[in-house]
Amino acid sequence: MQLGFLVDLHLCMGCKGCEIACKVENEVPLSTWRLRVKYVDVGMFPETKRTFTPLRCNHCENAPCERICPVSALHYLENGIVNIDKERCIGCAGCVMACPYGAIYIDPETQTADKCTYCAHRIASSMMPACVVACPVEANIFGDLEDPTSNISQYIQDNQGDVQVRKPEKGTDPHHFYVGGGNLQLNPLASKRVEGYSLFNKLTTKMPLGGHH
Amino acid sequence: MVHETLAATHAVVTLDVGLPGIVWPWKVTMNMWAKSIGTGIIFMLFYLLKRYPKESGNLRFSSTVVALVFIHMFLLFTLADLHQPLRMWHIFFYPHWTSAITVGAWMATLFVVMLFGMAYFSFVKKDNAKFDKLMFWTVILGIPVTLYTAALMSEATARELWQMPTESAQMMLAALLAGSASMILLGKKLSYEAKSSLGVILGLSALTAFILYQSELIFGPMKSEEVIAVLAYVKGNGEYATMFWIGQFVAYVLPMLLVALSRSGRSESILKLAAILALVGLWVVKHVWLIIPQLLPMS
Repeated sequence: MQLGFLVDLHLCMGCKGCEIACKVENEVPLSTWRLRVKYVDVGMFPETKRTFTPLRCNHCENAPCERICPVSALHYLENGIVNIDKERCIGCAGCVMACPYGAIYIDPETQTADKCTYCAHRIASSMMPACVVACPVEANIFGDLEDPTSNISQYIQDNQGDVQVRKPEKGTDPHHFYVGGGNLQLNPLASKRVEGYSLFNKLTTKMPLGGHH
Repeated sequence: MVHETLAATHAVVTLDVGLPGIVWPWKVTMNMWAKSIGTGIIFMLFYLLKRYPKESGNLRFSSTVVALVFIHMFLLFTLADLHQPLRMWHIFFYPHWTSAITVGAWMATLFVVMLFGMAYFSFVKKDNAKFDKLMFWTVILGIPVTLYTAALMSEATARELWQMPTESAQMMLAALLAGSASMILLGKKLSYEAKSSLGVILGLSALTAFILYQSELIFGPMKSEEVIAVLAYVKGNGEYATMFWIGQFVAYVLPMLLVALSRSGRSESILKLAAILALVGLWVVKHVWLIIPQLLPMS
């Protein structure tokens, strides 16, 4: 079994339900996110369009975070999930530096690395990840990539030619796919980050966001 | 390509979370800088004992002590940078051998043990033959200890600026630069010829490192759009452009010129000034190169 995720960006409406469900399920501290939805506005008024992209750990088959972790705190589960043992983590932040997707952060409460685990604890109890359950439009599709009859395998089959991963040139073989995504949604360099535009770019929290301050 | 796309689409991130700041801060710069001095001194001691055995003999103990001090400084800053420093022992009890951090920690530990062995033979046993024999193996181990940080930076695959081949060369050049500079300052009783030969090593390593950095600056953008974006921080009005050029001049250009000047006038004072500038500038150079890839949003 190799579990994977697919987000149909045609369906996502940016409600952030998945983001909140993840926060609640995994008790993710303030100022940090295992899953987030990024809004990118395209075009000039009145010809404008808004895109929504949920971003989480890609659970790569060739995971740089697993390779760089000096104590195997980041490790593969048999079902393909890249899991984290927070009791073992020494907080070197090598994984934060290695992840090409910016999916790992330092938990300000435990001072250890943390990230999306595809809700491994729920999977172990035969439940779906919290974000999948919360999505009102079923834009999150989760399942076994090795099972040709699973929802995710069939979705990939049905949308051949429109299935993409982020930064394929990194050779990480992500187990996280997008349908209906383009350069704007998947390439962070394809959009500007202008101060004053993003709602949360003036954080006043004293809690570290993963780096040193 | 991204620039053209951006101009055409006017794509702007309008809602996102706060992204992590600098994850590897100045403590990691201190780590690299101190390690360059710690291993570099041992390389230079080996060179001097081979080339100028009589006049450099009395440097055995003092050089080993200085190397020990800087290697401990390197270890201290490594520890200080951990978010869970009290769990450092996990590296030795749960080692993950694909990680350059693990391999480096084990090698650095062995390097420290060997340095203590050298100090023992030099200070307690006063046995130069055993010291020299152990120093040979310490120099051999010093090479991968110097290089492992390049492997670690290369394993940080998200940061495309740090490529293993170039970083390996830069780590080795930094050790030669820092080692020769430290030895010029440390070897007060060395002859002018010995100091001058250290000056040649200093000048040549500065020149080679400078050429490598300038090559990265000019040809790096041909690699990928990510490298273009990162190098923009040190070009033109980039956030780190001033600091980058200060580093390049203080660490490389000025020491090169001063070494040339000292040779024409046989001036030890100018050579010492070159050594001090090289050591100060090296910190700045390493810091800029460490920070700029971290400024780029990964997602």
